[in-house]
Amino acid sequence: MSCSCNEFSRAAVLRRSVAEAGRGLPVIEPGMPIPAGSGLDRRTFLARAAGLALSVYGAGKLPIGLFDEGIARAQGAPAGPVLVSVFLEGGADSLSMLFPAGHAQYASFRPQLALAPDAGQTFSEDTSLRWHPSLAPLAELHAEGKLTVLPAIGYTNADQSHFTSRHYWEVGATDAHLRTGWLGRYLDVAGTLDNPLQGLALSYSLHPALASANVPIAAVSRVDDYDFWARNVWGQVEQRMLDAIGSFPPVPDPAASKVAEVTQQAATLRTQLRPFEGGHWGTTVPYPTGQDAFPSRLAGLAAMIAAGLPLRCVTVSAPGMYDTHADQPDGLSTALDLTARSLRSFQRDLESRGIADRVLVLVWSEFGRRVEQNGSNGTDHGAAGVGLLMGSRVRGQMLGEFPGLASSGLDDQGNLRATFDYRSLYCSLLEQWFAADAAAIIPDAASFARATLLR
Amino acid sequence: MASRVPVYHGPFRKAQAERLLWRAGFGPKPGEAARVAKKGLGQAVDDLLNPPRPRLVGPGATDDDGYPLAPQDAWGQDHLWWLDRMVRSNRQLIERMTLVWHDWFATSNSGVGSQELMLDQNALLRGRALGSFEQLLLAVTKDPAMLLWLNGIQNTKWSPNENYARELMELFTLGAGRGYTEDDVREQARALTGWRVDWRETVGYVNFRYDPSRHDTGTKVVFGKSGNHDWQDACRLCIRHPLHASFFVRKLWSYFIPTPPPATTESALISLYRRSGFAVKPVVGAILRHPRLYTGPRMLKPPIVQVAGMHRARGRRVDSESWTWIASLDGQRLFYPPNVAGWDDGRWLDTSSFRGRWIGANHVATPYALDVDAWRGKLPVDAGNLVSRALAFWGNPTTTAPTRAALTTFAETALADADSSWKRAEYPVLVVNALRVLFAVSPDYQTC
Repeated sequence: MSCSCNEFSRAAVLRRSVAEAGRGLPVIEPGMPIPAGSGLDRRTFLARAAGLALSVYGAGKLPIGLFDEGIARAQGAPAGPVLVSVFLEGGADSLSMLFPAGHAQYASFRPQLALAPDAGQTFSEDTSLRWHPSLAPLAELHAEGKLTVLPAIGYTNADQSHFTSRHYWEVGATDAHLRTGWLGRYLDVAGTLDNPLQGLALSYSLHPALASANVPIAAVSRVDDYDFWARNVWGQVEQRMLDAIGSFPPVPDPAASKVAEVTQQAATLRTQLRPFEGGHWGTTVPYPTGQDAFPSRLAGLAAMIAAGLPLRCVTVSAPGMYDTHADQPDGLSTALDLTARSLRSFQRDLESRGIADRVLVLVWSEFGRRVEQNGSNGTDHGAAGVGLLMGSRVRGQMLGEFPGLASSGLDDQGNLRATFDYRSLYCSLLEQWFAADAAAIIPDAASFARATLLR
Repeated sequence: MASRVPVYHGPFRKAQAERLLWRAGFGPKPGEAARVAKKGLGQAVDDLLNPPRPRLVGPGATDDDGYPLAPQDAWGQDHLWWLDRMVRSNRQLIERMTLVWHDWFATSNSGVGSQELMLDQNALLRGRALGSFEQLLLAVTKDPAMLLWLNGIQNTKWSPNENYARELMELFTLGAGRGYTEDDVREQARALTGWRVDWRETVGYVNFRYDPSRHDTGTKVVFGKSGNHDWQDACRLCIRHPLHASFFVRKLWSYFIPTPPPATTESALISLYRRSGFAVKPVVGAILRHPRLYTGPRMLKPPIVQVAGMHRARGRRVDSESWTWIASLDGQRLFYPPNVAGWDDGRWLDTSSFRGRWIGANHVATPYALDVDAWRGKLPVDAGNLVSRALAFWGNPTTTAPTRAALTTFAETALADADSSWKRAEYPVLVVNALRVLFAVSPDYQTC
């Protein structure tokens, strides 16, 4: 659900009281994603060609019908590159994902948590590191040159609040007051006013990285199970009832109007999602099965790209909760396993459809975790974490080095020091993947080094 | 001296009473709003703040087979058990405040793994619903479910775990980045050390206790104050922090009123809270009497409030286990808030959770759905009449012209399809059934 800037919520309370106190940082609420006070509202939009229904943000000034034309026009243009942002929520433990088996301090910092020195596979670019056994699918892609690893990505003086640090990553700056996302600002520069598919959250609600100032963007959640019925209502009356769901008119009151708006979206969505019942994505590549929506979201995304829908920036959250303060091993293994297998399926799916050159996946988390484990068989919030770039066109060479676990590798709080700034990565992505001017999108872009990302 | 909190002096009729009953409780029973309106605002709020001896009114909840619930053991019946209290309690504000604290100190059984401990925490929150916030905070800090949820039992002098310390300040008492540093987080974690529990095979966690040998007795510096702080000091230092009262007042206000408090109101509430020694009741009372509650914009009802309110409007008891999975669809499964910050009141409604609300409305209405054979030919082919019947089904709540017009248009259109005598006999029955659900998901009935 989007949130207008005038709306008062507890999240807003937290933000505003901070501003009034004139100190500290605003919080972005957990799981968060209102577009950070950008005032975006949402309308429903239909991509009729694909039978997809989308919730559109920031489209208030355009008649809905225009989007169909905009999409059709964008679809007629040459197929462009797509960037998929995958978020590991909670602060993923980089020292388990790519664990420093070859560093003497590892076992003493992690007396219970250290993985066995022969677990997983060696990371070929820095043999003091090894892949977590659950990340074998990613090790496989790395061996094929389709995965670039950033073993210590972050920023200096990392904020250890989930909500603040995530906000920094989402907006592409260590600026608590920035209200647009880094991908949203790219779309403001390079996107169009009539193609909301250019920024798509595969989620129940918008991800803040996509929050734009001018152009429309969209969210789509589950597309294969969306129906309405009422007891002892059928035939013509049922059809009239379903039509009537969307008939409540907007009224001046914001909350009542929001209900009217959502009922209208729901009514339209219902008719448009029928072709997707049962989840027919048209792929032969197997995806992991189970309750979690992540694999099917990626499968649906591959189908949308293959269908020629004009996507540019896509965001999705990985399965699992990475805030592993206690009993870290089991939960982390499960989450990494499903994430890695799903990502590999996605890559294989794109390859089998012949569109793998057009898609690049960025995997990130708001921070890594404390080098020294806590007494709960877990880890507390840290600083630098691991970042990944997946795709057929990446160079597949490590960016930044692992800083080591000696004091030179750690900050004064015992957290891993970042050897690669996330804003450097953003600038490089914008310039090399999208051929955009990073200076127009990332604050102080000139101050960040660039790395060669693509082959 | 600080000014007084403004009090609403406008008309207090059925519509205002409905709003109060939905925001401070779980909606009116049929006729209740009119009765409360007769009392006047002052008495109505006093009665909410000072309820009679606790009683659950009406027949108790059952599972699908008609048996009593086993909330401590059976999957999903924890949710049904509390929903039943929301529906039947004669202390509606207490129950609503229990929900507020469940959101404020959001603890999820996904991390606790014990319905029994979650229900113990629920009883704690209910027992202190309108008492001292300081006492509530102290009780929550040592509550077993919370000790498990935010790793208090793993926080020892040998290896501090910062999880509770951080949320204590960020979410419970001060707000993110308001008047504390990362050093304060670490020092508070040390102050909070000392809790311990045993694990017994086949039983689980038992014997939660404070073990001084696990407590870090060294000097800690919190907010610049140096001392051998312990867990109670950790809480009290937060409560007495100069930025606590403003956080408390704004957060509490947000549960009842969807626009921020005027500055003069906020400072009056802050001084009221401080003067009363951190008591919750006077602040809640002042908010419930505030003009903004009655003259300001409407609020979206939280999903569980909507479901409980539909039960109350119908006089229906909780008799279906489906409410548990419906709660997952509409976005508010009790005892499973999405994370430690609680449910996001800015995101209650989207196309996905709306479907959950529709299913909930239909699920309440289903046992009462008019049977076509029984009602054939007995209802008038008259849209206005059928709309009135559907509204009466929900206890004749106050409606607005646009919602009523949309319902009437639907009824007229559907009746106009009746081009044969059997349709004219049957369609009115179908139309009433449809109108009941349509109204329940309308802007009028989803907001208050």
